[in-house]
Amino acid sequence: MSRIERIRDRLAQAFAPVELAVEDEGHLHAGHAGAATGRGHFRVRIVSEAFAGQSPVARHRQVYTALGEMMQTDIHALAISARTPGEATVSG
Amino acid sequence: MDALERIKKQVTDNPIMIYMKGSPDFPQCGFSARAVQALKACNVPFAYVNIFEDEEVYRALPKYANWPTFPQLYVKGELVGGCDITLDLYQSGELQKMLQEAVADKKAA
Repeated sequence: MSRIERIRDRLAQAFAPVELAVEDEGHLHAGHAGAATGRGHFRVRIVSEAFAGQSPVARHRQVYTALGEMMQTDIHALAISARTPGEATVSG
Repeated sequence: MDALERIKKQVTDNPIMIYMKGSPDFPQCGFSARAVQALKACNVPFAYVNIFEDEEVYRALPKYANWPTFPQLYVKGELVGGCDITLDLYQSGELQKMLQEAVADKKAA
């Protein structure tokens, strides 16, 4: 399974999202010091009821927790958008 | 003082503190660059630690706030977030408010 598939799997299990997108942004960062570690840069967009009533920090922490050791072994940088279905409708 | 105590002192002594890769004038990571740019645009004094210059803090910080990545922005001792949250708050105007309050509180104290 590729890294992207593993990230998707874990997030899908943890949040039962109505929308989930995972992109590899490694190409934007080639040659940068962080890229040299072999870990990747990714962007995730998750829309889930699980984030209702939670602060931005709490939402991001949940995402990091769901990814567990992948944050140390596979992921160098992660851009996160974590919204509820209601928020996603409002802001597109 | 061990690294965790040092972090606690840094975020308590400085109402606005960013842990970043590089310095505000010479950031060494795109995420740190964007976050510090938002801070600068708020026109308030802030403190920073270049985590590349303090290996112990670099290692201890993810445990300190249960947050695995950099940059990390702290306001009044509390983790506000990383790059995405800092930029979201800046764009909604909340960051400016939050930082001005933190500076005013510090002066009043």
